Amino acid sequence: MTSETRNSINDIWGERTPHGPGQEWPVRVDERVSETPERWVRGTCVLCSNGCGLDIGVKAGKIVGVRGLATDTTNRGRLGPKGLHGWVANESPDRLTKPLIRRDGQLQEASWDEAMDLIVQKSKAIVEKQTSLGIGFYTSGQLFLEEYYTLGVLGKAGLGTPHMDGNTRLCTATAAAALKVSFGSDGQPGGYEDLDVTDCVLHVGHNIASQQTVLWMRILDRLAGPNPPKVIVIDPRRTFTAEHATVHLAPKVGTNVAVMNGLLHLIIQAGAIDAAFLEAHTTGYDDLKKTVEKYTPEYVEQLSGVPAAELLRAGEILATTRTLVSTILQGVYQSMQATAAAVQVNNVHLIRGLIGKPGSGILQMNGQPTAQNTRECGADGDLPGFRNWGNPEHIKELAKLWNVPVNKIPHWSPPTHAMQIWRYAEQGTIKLLWIQATNPAVSLPELSRIRKILQKEDLFVVVQDAYLTETARYADVVLPAAIWAEKTGTFTNVSRTVHISCKAIDPPGEARSDLDIFLDYAQRMDFRDQDGAPLIKWHDPESAFEAWKECTRGRPCDYTGLTYEKLLQGSGIPWPVNEQHPDGTQRLYTDFVFPTSADYAETYGHDLETGAAVSPEEYKANDPKGKAMIKAAEHREPHEVPDDEYPLWLTTGRQVYHFHTRTKTGRSKALHDAAPDAFVQLSAQDAGRYGIEEGDWVLVESRRGLIIERAMIGNVEPGLVFIPWHYGYWDDPSRPRAANELTITEWDPVSKQPHYKYAAVKISKYDAKAALPQPGLLGRAVDAVQQLISGEAEPTGGSKSQGPQPKTTQRVDG
Amino acid sequence: MHVGNYVGLAHGSEQRLVDALNKVAEHHGDEPDIYETCQLLMSWSRKHIEHLEPLVQKYGEDKNPEPDNLETALFHGPRQGSLALLRDLHDVWLLTQQVHLCWTVLEQAAQALRDNELERVCQQCGQETKRQTAFFLTRIKQAAPQALVAAL
Repeated sequence: MTSETRNSINDIWGERTPHGPGQEWPVRVDERVSETPERWVRGTCVLCSNGCGLDIGVKAGKIVGVRGLATDTTNRGRLGPKGLHGWVANESPDRLTKPLIRRDGQLQEASWDEAMDLIVQKSKAIVEKQTSLGIGFYTSGQLFLEEYYTLGVLGKAGLGTPHMDGNTRLCTATAAAALKVSFGSDGQPGGYEDLDVTDCVLHVGHNIASQQTVLWMRILDRLAGPNPPKVIVIDPRRTFTAEHATVHLAPKVGTNVAVMNGLLHLIIQAGAIDAAFLEAHTTGYDDLKKTVEKYTPEYVEQLSGVPAAELLRAGEILATTRTLVSTILQGVYQSMQATAAAVQVNNVHLIRGLIGKPGSGILQMNGQPTAQNTRECGADGDLPGFRNWGNPEHIKELAKLWNVPVNKIPHWSPPTHAMQIWRYAEQGTIKLLWIQATNPAVSLPELSRIRKILQKEDLFVVVQDAYLTETARYADVVLPAAIWAEKTGTFTNVSRTVHISCKAIDPPGEARSDLDIFLDYAQRMDFRDQDGAPLIKWHDPESAFEAWKECTRGRPCDYTGLTYEKLLQGSGIPWPVNEQHPDGTQRLYTDFVFPTSADYAETYGHDLETGAAVSPEEYKANDPKGKAMIKAAEHREPHEVPDDEYPLWLTTGRQVYHFHTRTKTGRSKALHDAAPDAFVQLSAQDAGRYGIEEGDWVLVESRRGLIIERAMIGNVEPGLVFIPWHYGYWDDPSRPRAANELTITEWDPVSKQPHYKYAAVKISKYDAKAALPQPGLLGRAVDAVQQLISGEAEPTGGSKSQGPQPKTTQRVDG
Repeated sequence: MHVGNYVGLAHGSEQRLVDALNKVAEHHGDEPDIYETCQLLMSWSRKHIEHLEPLVQKYGEDKNPEPDNLETALFHGPRQGSLALLRDLHDVWLLTQQVHLCWTVLEQAAQALRDNELERVCQQCGQETKRQTAFFLTRIKQAAPQALVAAL
């Protein structure tokens, strides 16, 4: 019998527990169990980047529920709909339980020895012929720190390949890039606690109410208490978040820099800058002042469509507030001028001196729960411990730590970013692509291109996952992986808070943890250090964590004061944790000294417009020596704009009940039923123009492909259509429906994050009763999709002969 | 006076850079960053050409016919494949260096002539040319290992 403290599907955020500024956020414990657990095991929710502490209820070797951890600093007992329901996916009957190897075109069951030996044999042959430049890794925002670090070491010091990145490039690369540009290193200046005292919250391109439900509860509780903060929301849609805004600015997509420059202009006009702070702790203000001079409210209105009067209201709040917390997410990161726009938010804080003080913080958010750790550990396009690939001393530190020759570690240019890894695979210079716990066949832009790459005969694809995803269907080898609750490890949220998540049950069948798979590969490849000892000297999560701690010593993300034991004591702890800060660090830069000095900085920076790397000599010539760096940018128009043929803007995003490509959340019945399908959201004006009514099937076409979705009318600006991304094909192969069939292959010059937030499309009403036409683009697209889901896999339901089958109406549009 | 010759050389070199960027963008359009960045860098060079036009007028009258052949064709047209991408970027980098040197030479002359307008144009455009060079160097460094070592 299921028992739950609240119905989180119908009531996403639950009851209010109001609190005033400076009061501790009250506890509210959310719980949902299907049976009474025999025991509770300490875990952490891994279904968004908030990282809520929880306990996993276990009975007879199965998960039977979860409850929030009352003592945890992050959630004080609360859980969101995904946290309360997502665990059901562990028990899904279609979990992978044995390795699969493609034989005669079919994926067939194999032993671990066969699968791993095949991967090792391929790896060695490629290295022999092409060096390790023939091997690439594409990882996740879902693994644990210990796994990323092990992957980083085996890739960078074992193989020595620069081709390591992951889907965090799609979600959070700009967060890291923007923090590096302004402050010299990754790491959030503030913490979630700043929300408890702040006078003002600025959400830029961040629908926090849907994406981080528990963090939004924290804000809702402030809004329900005495002296609530003002809320400014910048988002082209009227989202759940925007509904609570004091001021909601709805700019045209791709105009974030124009709007931010307008706000900076107004703050400067109002004389609200902190001149003493600017002088003592920053560089570059004069250039910013000159650049934003022309961004008057009238000019910004022309560029962005935001009414001048609205911009003035927001500008006045930002010029007068005594404290400010800003949060930024995909509306910025996946749009035009991603890094430049995110940096302008940092600049608001810098020119007003609102940083390093209670109530004033910047949360350059992560989309994925463990994204911060890929950045820290070097499993993506960064080096472990926030080291600078352009600084030879930093490379020497790593070489010494790993006891390998300096030149083993690739550092001749920035590590290859994800989109470039795929490009090398497309061109045939990467021959082995190893994908872990992510689903690029649904999540990358321009899916028809990604399918072609995955199908290439000269590309050996390894997929390590818990389910036979759309991507795994193309693999040459599939490795069944253990997931959350089936393995132990740590991970770090946006607030820099490190949590432990423990193994509560055994993985199904022969599935193994990602850590064990990496350790096995390193051992079979016989990676050794320069004294002939095994390169990787750890054997389980805790020993991997201990090794990682040494890698962080003296770096901004210093973990040396943490232990598993300490993390099990009832709350996550924010880094740095070391001798100086044994209980962690709630807020960085309280002394206004930033990690920008040439010998310490994580990067020497880039040209914000072209991405050109700044040379060490240039950086040293202007060494900011601990000052934060203000960098200005002019507005630039997006690369694809609506025209006569494709007259509408498309923008895409996530919804409250689903996560990533729904690999897990789609397998939880409650979450699936709440949001079973994508849709196309359009304004009443556009609906009228195209003769479309609520619930009608709509054909949406871009230059790259097409999809068919149901119409949802309202809460979006005319001229713009919104489609939730990452609905793929495994649970509904009846029609093309993944938003990324439409999106463009392109990325920000600095962060290399792909642009998902704008594309030009056309729409038309689609008659569901008609048979799908075979010839032409539509027929080809349908064929492609049917091909995608056919083959060796088990039937996925849905009939190919019928037209699109209506599903229940989804509940949310926010 | 030979200033007119160098103004002409700067003008012609910027024009050749625009042509080369255009060809590289089109030819290597499968590399989205190359395509988009070339478009951006092209807009800078076009602007430079506009800045130069009044100066071409101003100094053109004094243009000395000697020496011939100041201009060397550095870029012959795009090639195919990853090695070709590298080689094309290599050529464009050289072209940007050529333009940059023109700005340096002209800035010297501008100072000697006390021509503040020419000096301002040289400094402003020279800064952007430097950023063009920096982009191509960064991209070349990224592409080189894969093109020279991993491509079969």
